[in-house]
Amino acid sequence: MSKKEIDEVSGTETTGHEWDGIKELNTPLPRWWLYLFIACIVWAVGYWFVMPSWPMLHGYTHGMLDHSQRDEVMANVRALQAARAGKEQALNQATLKQIQDNPDLLQFAMAEGKTVFGDNCAPCHGSGGQGAHGYPNLNDDVWLWGGKLDEIQHTITVGVRSSAQDTRESQMPAFGRDGILKPAEVADLTQYVVHLSGRPADPAAVRRAGKLFADNCAACHGAQGKGDRSVGAPNLTDNEWLYGPTPADIRDQIWNGHGGVMPTWGGRLSPATIKALAVYVHSLGGGE
Amino acid sequence: MQTAASEGNAPWRFDLFVLPVILGLGAFAGILEAARSPDPAMQAQGWTFALCMMATGAWYLWTYAGRTPRDELTPYANDVVRAGVIASMFWAVAGMAVGLILALQLSFPHWFYFAGEAWTNFGRLRPLHTSAVIFAFGGNVLIATSFYVVQRTSRARLWGGSLPWFVFWGYNTFIVLAGTGYLLGITQSKEYAEPEWYADLWLTVVWVCYLLTFLGTIIKRKESHIYVANWFYLSFIVTIAMLHIVNNLSWPVSLLQSQSYSLFSGVQSALTQWWYGHNAVGFFLTAGFLGIMYYFIPKRAERPIYSYRLSIIHFWSLIFIYIWAGPHHLLYTALPEWAQTLGMTFSIILWMPSWGGMINGLMTLSGAWDKLRTDPVLRMLVVSVAFYGMSTFEGPVMSVKTVNALSHYTNWTIGHVHSGALGWVAYVSFGAIYCLVPWLWGKKKLYSNALVEWHFWISTLGIVLYITSMWVAGIMQGLMWRAYNEFGFLEYSFAEAVQAMHPYYIIRAAGGGLFLAGVLIMVFNLWKTVRQDAPAQAAALVPEAAE
Repeated sequence: MSKKEIDEVSGTETTGHEWDGIKELNTPLPRWWLYLFIACIVWAVGYWFVMPSWPMLHGYTHGMLDHSQRDEVMANVRALQAARAGKEQALNQATLKQIQDNPDLLQFAMAEGKTVFGDNCAPCHGSGGQGAHGYPNLNDDVWLWGGKLDEIQHTITVGVRSSAQDTRESQMPAFGRDGILKPAEVADLTQYVVHLSGRPADPAAVRRAGKLFADNCAACHGAQGKGDRSVGAPNLTDNEWLYGPTPADIRDQIWNGHGGVMPTWGGRLSPATIKALAVYVHSLGGGE
Repeated sequence: MQTAASEGNAPWRFDLFVLPVILGLGAFAGILEAARSPDPAMQAQGWTFALCMMATGAWYLWTYAGRTPRDELTPYANDVVRAGVIASMFWAVAGMAVGLILALQLSFPHWFYFAGEAWTNFGRLRPLHTSAVIFAFGGNVLIATSFYVVQRTSRARLWGGSLPWFVFWGYNTFIVLAGTGYLLGITQSKEYAEPEWYADLWLTVVWVCYLLTFLGTIIKRKESHIYVANWFYLSFIVTIAMLHIVNNLSWPVSLLQSQSYSLFSGVQSALTQWWYGHNAVGFFLTAGFLGIMYYFIPKRAERPIYSYRLSIIHFWSLIFIYIWAGPHHLLYTALPEWAQTLGMTFSIILWMPSWGGMINGLMTLSGAWDKLRTDPVLRMLVVSVAFYGMSTFEGPVMSVKTVNALSHYTNWTIGHVHSGALGWVAYVSFGAIYCLVPWLWGKKKLYSNALVEWHFWISTLGIVLYITSMWVAGIMQGLMWRAYNEFGFLEYSFAEAVQAMHPYYIIRAAGGGLFLAGVLIMVFNLWKTVRQDAPAQAAALVPEAAE
């Protein structure tokens, strides 16, 4: 151990110890550091007197404010419900058409609809309702199950191929995968559907597929291929494609018969909220 | 035990009996697990563990069979520190590269993601990144530097013969076991404590050996006082042992299954987890690295520590108060409000104890500030202390409930973590390793100071990009989540807030890329340093003459 010495640079005494050439100055605690440290402790002790803080054998110290986050949240929720009560009531009682015609109510319904859409519908339909491969676009005037206010409301309530008893239900068969049609027949039908949408197709294949279409497809899609909303069968002549426009996409759809699922929202959103949502979706651009 | 006999005539040694027995039992257990477990992932873990045990056993044979290795004839054990430095740099590159992949995945979700290859999923790579940088890189740096520092400041060789080597191999076995486990989908879903029961048990064995090595060396020291760096190292080792054991208390579903039942559930589990999680930050990433700071800054600056008194007060206040701060991770949750209050207030009290270390680090430079211009290694060490000060101020601020209401669950937290992780932990580690490599390999100086300058500036730019983008992103995210319209409906959907993050995620990835580029420069520089032929007086490798 070395002796205490005065450091030349700082003029401070060392502690007299040395480890591997490292010495220590015996500088007093910086005042500002000490005072801030004490101030933090004083502030904390003060906070403990005011707020719930220390656990006891039974319960805890409640503090002068006896604050409760839970009560605060409940009070906020109640205040919000009270503030909205009038409008929610009005939504409940009004018909969808009345909501649309009442500017005040419409503004409220649109605000609610937008929020509910963003958190529940946007993950599949897109934040602007623009849809995606396999998820219908809600901005255009193409509707599988109808684009009138009450039709939209019903679709939201029961869903499509959902777990609801009265869900909207349709089934495009997997004509190729399940062996209903031969590969060559699926290829001909593909050309036929391309032809239906007004695009050039192999005329021989279209001729061959006429009877196939009438036997297998027309029951749902109609003899002209115009679709049928009562069974959710898409129009094949409008050049709007849920599962892609190319001949390969169309063949894949005939072969595999894809069908998506839309959940039932009846149990999860209140009837008033579903009304607001229906009005909002209707307003996106394609409402009828 | 340490005074070795001549070659080929080694005396019987306790450590060379017990440790190989442990390795043998470990290999046996691993093979048994691989043979009997019905779970393919667990079989893979069994083989991995058995292979690590056998590799370590082979290393023992090669090193000790019939001879005493040269390193054991020197006054200080240096080879194990060298191995630790190499492992540190390896894990730094690996862990940070995974971090960069994750940053790119968040910017471009299909990046390095292959459907059907579950291991490329963000959920599996994320713990791989955090564990690799904290425990693999940080842990190896802590073990290596603590072994180096405790010997010099105690003027004693590491206690336990080959025990330090067992700690080194055993710890890295744990890392491999944990990392491959994540990729196989094995996790107990506790953040920073993801490894399952068998890996936890193995780490416990290794950690006790680490404690024994360190404590044994301190006990046989030839200095009358224990140097402050060693207080910090010791508090880190002891506290991590306690945290690790308590938070991982669980009961395996079966000895042949990877899963286990946690002893805690519900809010008790959450509180235990964040008592662990926050003190992993406090004792692993703060106390341990302060130990590094307390040795390497005065050594490099060639100046005495600024204040002995401050080091005492801030050490004891730091370790006493840190342990209370965990509940600030659970503000506005099911955790009782009184516990939230304690977590928040103790976090505020913690501000000055944390800053005590910063003051002692920075003020040690007084009389040597001019060296910052010419010595980029010292500059890196000093900047690390500045980042330490910044993030230990930001932490208490974020623990205030009203601030936390905005910052919690946002990218602000990620920015905060990385200002500490990149700016403080990584920089102080790099500074220490830049010092250590010439000392350990007996070179006069580094291969290139210019490359250290490049490393410093590229990585510092990377840190700045990283933390500023995350601040902006986090605050924006928090504000978007809480924005209401006139009717009390949310203004933005969650997906819109995600979309708004995109540009900031790209900036963050760029920052991370720069930081990694700096590390690659460092690896090159260190490699060239070791390879250059300019031997120095190996002054650092022998004790100074006792006074």
